[in-house]
Amino acid sequence: MTDAPLIRLRGLQKYYGDYHALRGIDLDIERGEFFSLLGPSGCGKTTLLRVIAGFEDVSEGTVVLAGEEMTRVAPNKRPTNMVFQSYAIFPHLSVGQNVGFGLRKRRDLTADAKDGLIAEALAMVGLDGYADRAAHALSGGQRQRVALARALVLKPKVLLLDEPLSALDKKMREHMQVELIRLQRQVGITFILVTHDQEEALVMSDRIAVMFEGGVAQIAEAEDLYRRPNSRRVAEFIGTMNFLPATVTGDRVSVPGLGEVPLAAVQATATTDGETVVGFRPETATLLFDGQADTDHVASGHVAEVVYYGDMTYYDVALSGTEATVRLSMRNVFGRPVLEIGAAARVAWSPGALVLFR
Amino acid sequence: MLRAYVILFLAFLYAPILLLPVFAFNDGTVIAFPLDGFTTKWFAELWTNDELHAALMNSLFVAGTSSVLAVLLGLAAARANIRYRFPAKAAAMGLIMLPLVLPEIIVGVSLLVVAVRMLGLDLSLWTVVAAHVLICTPFAIAILNASFQSLDPSLEEAAIDLGCSRAETFRLITLPLVMPGIVAALLISFTISLDEFIIAFFLTGSDPTLPVYIWSLLRFPRLIPVVMALGTILMIVSIGILVLAEWNRRRGLARTGAKDSGGFL
Repeated sequence: MTDAPLIRLRGLQKYYGDYHALRGIDLDIERGEFFSLLGPSGCGKTTLLRVIAGFEDVSEGTVVLAGEEMTRVAPNKRPTNMVFQSYAIFPHLSVGQNVGFGLRKRRDLTADAKDGLIAEALAMVGLDGYADRAAHALSGGQRQRVALARALVLKPKVLLLDEPLSALDKKMREHMQVELIRLQRQVGITFILVTHDQEEALVMSDRIAVMFEGGVAQIAEAEDLYRRPNSRRVAEFIGTMNFLPATVTGDRVSVPGLGEVPLAAVQATATTDGETVVGFRPETATLLFDGQADTDHVASGHVAEVVYYGDMTYYDVALSGTEATVRLSMRNVFGRPVLEIGAAARVAWSPGALVLFR
Repeated sequence: MLRAYVILFLAFLYAPILLLPVFAFNDGTVIAFPLDGFTTKWFAELWTNDELHAALMNSLFVAGTSSVLAVLLGLAAARANIRYRFPAKAAAMGLIMLPLVLPEIIVGVSLLVVAVRMLGLDLSLWTVVAAHVLICTPFAIAILNASFQSLDPSLEEAAIDLGCSRAETFRLITLPLVMPGIVAALLISFTISLDEFIIAFFLTGSDPTLPVYIWSLLRFPRLIPVVMALGTILMIVSIGILVLAEWNRRRGLARTGAKDSGGFL
């Protein structure tokens, strides 16, 4: 049984009256994985998390946790714990009482042993010595840590995180992302994170499931998802991508504005003759500056827009002979000038970075 | 201009009430200026009046019982109102809250008809309790609604997630967090019942409540200063209870660090 996935979801359907919230979810999540459910609001990711936790019943399908069918089992009988979006810190209890709340029922532990576990959990999240503080006096980031400690002290098989960082400011959020990754490696517990922030999902996850309208559109490792999105919709949701119309004829694909390349050279999810779309990420193409020689694949055009970010500059380049504009992101190397709007531009691109969509 | 208006308005509201203690300590049976001198004999007379003591005990019984019942009903209604969605919820809540604005004389007359003519009940303190539950429950719901509103539903889910049963969750999380609301609702229901006259007048049998007894005293001009003395005490107790209720509510908010979403007072 050790080879079976820790979480096995099969054919999950969920209706709220007429609203179809989950449309046939099949998902396997492995032991020790950091797994993210990513999607826009209303895509069903939080519903799915709450189904795994046991807070929502499914209309159809099965939930198997650690080899046991648990579809109808109450949340307090499941090997999962949850970190809520609002953190749900009990305001009338101290930090220590909050963290020890789930240990209350453990008759096998002495009070001293429980205090030890509480102190250990608080140390793990960087809140040593906070046990006697009043919970309601904590800052947002500290509440977040208490919520984590409170769940992790129970050593659950699965930790469920419902948009845990969305209430924090940008700096704190980035800090906590790294902190969460470190924690997950340290405790080795399976983490399932719900987020609408694609960057957060890419930074933190081993694997990501992208969800739209109650269904899973793609499940892949972060790098795979970014490089080889399986649909235009996923590509649009994850990062930025340039899309250009293209035509497939036999074993060649022609992209007006860029040129023609063998079909075998591009990344293709499906190959049928006819009109289609190709995409590439802004950083996979570069502007050639004065003195730089042409490479194998160079398109020409002019700069239509410049957005300066300090370390980076984004250029929108209107390609010659088409109405298409593509966005390029260029690192600002010291001593190199920033091009101005209207300047002629040569764009070096790679066929291997093109993704062909159905 | 606005300042003058506010002062006039406050004087109109409170001047008559402030006359109560003035005449309660006045050494004369005629309620008129000039005053005849200071005395505490009206208060002393209260102390030795057995009928008054009986009426007071009746009122304490009615107020105590009906406030507890009203708060229990209010708890169930407020929790359902905030946590669940069900058909015709707005209509149901509206009807429950209606006694807040219904003229008490209508409530009193119709309850009298129902109790005596249709149910064949004998009028007693229990009929008064039933009627006071009816008028106190909306107040209890209004206060408890605010308590449940400021209670994050994730807190109950978190407790269940951490291994609690529903009953334990209510006892360990929900109850302590809405306790200030419960205490406030109890105190305010108690005050309303204690002061209520019209309905009690219709529904009380041979055991009068305090306001009904006070009304019966008004037939004897000699006793009017006694009524003033009693009124003074009732006023102080009522204000005291309301202050206690509000203090308790604010303390509860401060203790849990919740935002003040507007109290009853």
